[in-house]
Amino acid sequence: MILLSDHVINNISFLVSHSIFSLSLIISSGNIKTSGNIKIVSIKHETELQLATDVLVIGGGPAAAWAAWAAAAQGVSVIAVDKGFLGTSGAAAASGNGIMAPAPEDWNTALWQRYRAGQTLASLRWIERVIEKTWLSLPMVESWGYRFPKENGESVRRSYYGPEYMRVLRKTLLQVGVQILDQSPALELLLADDGSVAGARGVQRQQHRAYTVRAGAVVLANGGCAFLSKALGCNTNTGDGLLMAVEAGGELSSMEASSHYAISTAFNATVTRGVPFGWATYTDEAGNDLGGYINGRRDPSFLPNALLKGPVYAQLDRATPEVKAVIEKSHFIAFLPYKKAGIDPYTQRVPVTMLLEGTVRGTGGIRIVDEHCATKVPGLYAAGDAASREFLAGLSSGGGGPNSAWAISTGQWAGEGAAAFAKSLGVHAHERAVRQAGQTGLRSLSPTSTSFDSDAIVRGVQAEIFPLEKNYFRSEQKLVDSLAKLDALWQQVQGHPKQDTVRDVEHSRRAAALTAVARWAYFSALHRRETRSEHIRVDYPETDPNQRYYLATGGLDQLWVRRDWLSEAIASPPQRSAGEGSGCCFEQAQTELVGAST
Amino acid sequence: MIELVSSKRCITCNICVQICPTNVFDAVLDQPPVIARQEDCQTCFICEAYCPADALYVAPESHTTVVVDEDELIDRDIMGEYRCTLGWGYGRKNNSELDTAHKLHQLPRPYET
Repeated sequence: MILLSDHVINNISFLVSHSIFSLSLIISSGNIKTSGNIKIVSIKHETELQLATDVLVIGGGPAAAWAAWAAAAQGVSVIAVDKGFLGTSGAAAASGNGIMAPAPEDWNTALWQRYRAGQTLASLRWIERVIEKTWLSLPMVESWGYRFPKENGESVRRSYYGPEYMRVLRKTLLQVGVQILDQSPALELLLADDGSVAGARGVQRQQHRAYTVRAGAVVLANGGCAFLSKALGCNTNTGDGLLMAVEAGGELSSMEASSHYAISTAFNATVTRGVPFGWATYTDEAGNDLGGYINGRRDPSFLPNALLKGPVYAQLDRATPEVKAVIEKSHFIAFLPYKKAGIDPYTQRVPVTMLLEGTVRGTGGIRIVDEHCATKVPGLYAAGDAASREFLAGLSSGGGGPNSAWAISTGQWAGEGAAAFAKSLGVHAHERAVRQAGQTGLRSLSPTSTSFDSDAIVRGVQAEIFPLEKNYFRSEQKLVDSLAKLDALWQQVQGHPKQDTVRDVEHSRRAAALTAVARWAYFSALHRRETRSEHIRVDYPETDPNQRYYLATGGLDQLWVRRDWLSEAIASPPQRSAGEGSGCCFEQAQTELVGAST
Repeated sequence: MIELVSSKRCITCNICVQICPTNVFDAVLDQPPVIARQEDCQTCFICEAYCPADALYVAPESHTTVVVDEDELIDRDIMGEYRCTLGWGYGRKNNSELDTAHKLHQLPRPYET
């Protein structure tokens, strides 16, 4: 680690410190502090950035990029804000992905494969429109400069290199006039008097100032929530969008699908690329082969079960030269850690672990209410992993190919929907009176001056949500116990957020978001009393065919869940040919309030 | 985690400061950037891909800090590995055309019956 030189510390000018989000203004005298060798810069209150646009997109991954592009294509002004850098943020940029974009002659096969994976909860019509939209969109990516591999002279658009894909998308956005604010986490939505969304507020972490963007419509495309597990590229995905949506009056859905774990090595507990491990032999401490295969596929619960018993080692000794060539070429991020550490994964066994990917590869998120990815809140749209992917995957994982296709398609639908909404407001949209919708972790109503420790809150949430025995193997008793602890953390974050620096502001709010998402996840998990896809209840080990509903949830202090029953018939392949539409999944016959927290 | 900004290689372009998704670096006037918030590093390696001078080293150890030797890393020529694999950089051709992920489905899996 490099030390900050005296030269730097001596050259930082003094600034006046204000608390930008607290109800009370705090003015401190010493405003540049040093902690060890790191400079700490207070927030520059006098320079708050004020902007206005037709459509505001929040997020920096593929869904955000596609939303911004689609909105701009409708001729409206677009600002994209991201906590990191649009191009490097999120799960896609940090790796490579398959894309669910089969050639038209294979659509039918892919369609039914996805539908079956959804265990009667997925929607044929949505799977079909996602596949079609994605397939039609990828040639554009190629025209923007992305070079897909060729076979027999034809482009094969079935996967991408994450960094290159996002570089091309960013370049394209700048060319079509999208204004991008990087390193600018959005922290809360702005609401007009009629309850519609009118912009957002956040901080610019390198300018040390707050910003406000007034907008006619907003797209939340800031990812799912992996609870800072360090799963590859996912530490920017902290569920901020889910908290913002609920505070604004939105709802979530399928939050019980939040228990997705992925394998990684233990020394590099970050690169969650499972594909190479398809050719692994697993052994215990003593070197005994742990097996675990069922007809060439590994039982998904094999590794969680094995890890609960003791250390597990993997060695990629089943890879043939042909397999090695493909995985090294296409999953090179998985081999970079080995190369750096001087490990030969084919001949050496390394300890493995599982990292929580939460709703990034799990499917829970903001509930979408129409084909343009609108939410319950007028003017608010959701796309990518921030949105529930239940139509595509039910409670199974949307990881990889389906999620990348979902980002491309829902990004565009949300961008178009937001553009149309913004246009409908006319030219005075930015003159609307607005109020700030953010609360917990931003402003405290607490009569005492007690502040909370963001890092301690995060550790407290992780202690409930990371362990396999709590989140992978769920049971009523464990969920109730964890919810009690999470409720106590939620009470703590009602205290005064530390806001001396932009980092304090961001981390205080992030602690609140992580706590909120964990509560919605476990509260939903508690109320689905069956095992279905990735939601495993050891006390209800069977899938109940009668539980064909999406579980909606929301609430802040008081949580609630609601069963949104699916009215469309269960489809089966022989009764349906390619190209036919299925029933609309929004025509839910009935809803039923089944639970509320005390 | 990020362990090194090589002062021997850094050209002070500050691209890493701009692009780090978790805002780990701070720019310093007329000097290489500093690793100001190492604990925020998520070990995604993307700063290495963006560094035009191959001056950054992200150690594979994701949850512990390790001691690294600048001269040894330069000798091993490991700092620019990710960028080279992507085919990014002056005089290179980007390698996304070499992506063969779609072929994996056609290859047999072990233990298949």
